[in-house]
Amino acid sequence: MNRVDGRQKVTGAAKYAAEYELPNLAYGVLVGSTITKGRLTSIDTKTAERAPGVLAVITHLNAPKAPGTKPTGKDPSQPQTVGNALQVFMDDKIRFNDQPIAVVVANTLERARFAARLVKAQYAKEKHQTNLEANKANAFLPTQAKKNPKSPAADYQRGQVDAYKTGALKLESEYVIPTEVHHPMELQAITAHWEAPDRLTLYDKTQGTMATRRDFARQWGLPEENVKVIATYVGGAFGNALHSWPHESAAIIAAKVVNRPVRLMLTREQMFTMVGYRPHTWQKIGMSATPDGKITAITHESIGQTSTYEEFVEATLGQTKMMYQSPNLTTRYRLAALDVGSPIWMRGPGEATGAFALESAMDEMAFLLNIDPMEFRLRNYTDQDPEKNRPWSSKFLKECYQAGAQRVGWNKRQLKPGALRDGEWFIGYGMGVGTFGAHRGSSKASAQLLPNGTVLLQSAVTDIGPGTGTAMTQIAADTLGLAPEKIRFEWGNSDFAQAPTQGGSAIVNTVGPAVQEACMALKDKLRELAATSNSAFTSAKKEDVAFADNYLTLSGNSTARATYADLVRQAGGTAVTVESKPSGEGQKYSMYSFSVHFAEVRVHELTGEVRVSKLVSCADAGTIINEKTAGNQMKGGAVGGIGMALMEHAIIDDRFGRYVTKDLADYHVPVQADSPAIEVFFVNQPDPYVNKLGTKGIGEIATIGVAPAIANAVFNATGKRVRELPITPDKLV
Amino acid sequence: MATNHEPDVPANHNENRRTFLKQSSLLTALALVPGPVVSAAEAKLDERVAEAIEQIPLSLKVNGKKLKLKVEPRTTLLDLLRENLNLTGTKKGCDYGQCGACTVHVDGQRVNSCLSFAVMHEGQEITTIEGLADGDKLHPMQEAFVKHDGFQCGYCTPGQIMSAVACVREGHAGSEGEIREYMSGNICRCGAYTNIVAAIQDVKSGGQKV
Repeated sequence: MNRVDGRQKVTGAAKYAAEYELPNLAYGVLVGSTITKGRLTSIDTKTAERAPGVLAVITHLNAPKAPGTKPTGKDPSQPQTVGNALQVFMDDKIRFNDQPIAVVVANTLERARFAARLVKAQYAKEKHQTNLEANKANAFLPTQAKKNPKSPAADYQRGQVDAYKTGALKLESEYVIPTEVHHPMELQAITAHWEAPDRLTLYDKTQGTMATRRDFARQWGLPEENVKVIATYVGGAFGNALHSWPHESAAIIAAKVVNRPVRLMLTREQMFTMVGYRPHTWQKIGMSATPDGKITAITHESIGQTSTYEEFVEATLGQTKMMYQSPNLTTRYRLAALDVGSPIWMRGPGEATGAFALESAMDEMAFLLNIDPMEFRLRNYTDQDPEKNRPWSSKFLKECYQAGAQRVGWNKRQLKPGALRDGEWFIGYGMGVGTFGAHRGSSKASAQLLPNGTVLLQSAVTDIGPGTGTAMTQIAADTLGLAPEKIRFEWGNSDFAQAPTQGGSAIVNTVGPAVQEACMALKDKLRELAATSNSAFTSAKKEDVAFADNYLTLSGNSTARATYADLVRQAGGTAVTVESKPSGEGQKYSMYSFSVHFAEVRVHELTGEVRVSKLVSCADAGTIINEKTAGNQMKGGAVGGIGMALMEHAIIDDRFGRYVTKDLADYHVPVQADSPAIEVFFVNQPDPYVNKLGTKGIGEIATIGVAPAIANAVFNATGKRVRELPITPDKLV
Repeated sequence: MATNHEPDVPANHNENRRTFLKQSSLLTALALVPGPVVSAAEAKLDERVAEAIEQIPLSLKVNGKKLKLKVEPRTTLLDLLRENLNLTGTKKGCDYGQCGACTVHVDGQRVNSCLSFAVMHEGQEITTIEGLADGDKLHPMQEAFVKHDGFQCGYCTPGQIMSAVACVREGHAGSEGEIREYMSGNICRCGAYTNIVAAIQDVKSGGQKV
């Protein structure tokens, strides 16, 4: 089935956050600090204020203080991170380079942009720290782990501590990934509109309409129902819109001050500095094994970068704890706080970082043992979760190995690196495994039958690109036995039925069952309504009720009819809203999606250029609702993995604490010519426990494991092991 | 970035040229802003001066429609389309000609609309994504993008489609490799590249007029 919003997207009719036409619209442009740490000693806004068309210049000196604002870094009640997001224009303190110090509001974009250049600031500079390597010694255990030893970020131990050190056959390697930036094609943008002094509407680039509503309602001391967040179309996000950022607050403040709707879109430079990134992370793996290829111990340590005002924690070491059967296992996760903006989850968040180290180390150990890397993984395969000692809810990873190996031509792979070549190009093959929790939260969905025989479903969930709207339409159509054209699924509005933030591959797992149950409840309701007015339906079973063009029918009774118009009139509406929650199975089973990626690379012997010539991505993600959109998502994750492996690298000049990569000419992401033929394989076996649909989630496992597959293929092609991403030609020649 | 390159103008440049007053409805806002209050009479005069200096007449054709406009010389073609004409199908992804999201056709050639000023297009014919379909009937390239799922979030899509149409018209859609090369100016961060190639190949081999 094609995407339900395809026509909107190919005709330019889809409206994104900065594209809503509002009367009397004004434009906001941010001014950023030019130092990295210190205080603002003065800020001269006079010239900017007098520039044509300028409505206001707002700084910490004159910004209205939202009543619910907690000072930066001082709100330990924040659930996901310790600390508190940067509160814009609250004080004179500079915490990172390009931190917003003013917003200029004018009646046109050009005038706002010009006037923003006229704001002049003086600073008292302090010495800053932006280099992870230089600050590793100051790394600390995250506060959440200190408070709760059972936190996933706490040190983990099974068997002996650091047992690999006494192993006969062992390796010890360090791995580094640089800061990577989400860079969705849509720049971060918001249109803020105070419809009344206590009613706020936001057209926002967010992955969670309800989370954004909650944040800003709290910030402004408003009841949640007074804040409406609309995010019908989100131009990619990849985690970048999982947090409320300074520019959103700035636009809301600006709209308050000028009493007009304000549109604010970041520049590509600003996308580096103030809206999160995958953090620069150092890792070390120690591993020991028996000569016949059984892992005896793994120690995996990690230090990730965070900001000085928020402790950003991710599951870098999660895959190591459960993927392979190692009797001795130690993990240590630490953070280093630097004078930078806060990181935020980026596709396949910590797991993609961790998998680069773990899956590279697996390849290194297989090489040491002179065993095929797939065979080595099979010898350490886990039939139950070794971390929690519970069975898997489902696991078809072996099937993925076999399907992928066959499709990529793994039998051509030589154990000895550099053995295959085609003219000046070395050819190599590598694999990398990925996993991500099959998370399911609770969600509501509403459904109603309209007099014209169509069914309208609504959910506050966003669709940042995976095709949520399409999958939900299909689930509803299947449940109701209606053609998808008869279903309208509306999303991306905080006024709709409650749904979680789109992220963590959890949306089909979570919202899918709510849609399914809402449709079943709707059918129940229709049957009951029909039963009161039509005796043929009185004792009918709901599965016998079917939809025709204008009326309900009953199987086994060809004359039974209840017209939609009558039912709707009779009941004064047919709307049902249900809430769907996970069952307790999560306590009995370990629930994960699994993937394996196989890469074929060609490395030029003289220039060190790496071309990924083939990628095969195989997933055990439970039931696949829509092969077309799911396949697209898998391919997209693989392309993201190519970027991670070969090009993405945000570089700070530590002397100034400022990014030198400021645009897409300096920060490279894969383009069309970097994308090889990508083949996708889904096991497509339902998981019996996550939900009734049998789904497990795709978004993260599409990327997790791709980068090490490429790095391992480069080693197989050249004999060069690159442990610091990206694998640029200088590291190979 | 804003304060990185201070404009090389005297500090009192704007004061001397003109002073400026906000509309009366904005006086509340103004009260929050430090700075001298200026008289209404001066301001209205000043705004008229600004209008005269900042607004340049421009005639062009957009999606077949002749337009007579007054635009600021510093307004890019992209911002003219998005902010002044409400043709938001053309997307802003970088403002530096690096991503291709703003691709439109100018006199039949694909260009990054962020890289030129609107006033440079006097008398020219602009086609945007909104002008590609024939009424309700989608252009074959639009159809093919839907059929092959050549997008995910949809943000780069208008630029991809405008580029893809030009790619076929230019005769650069001869092979998968050639398409990949000639479509590399249009970044898709969702990574729908393979499906985009499939869509273009479908149109190319379908023989329909593009």
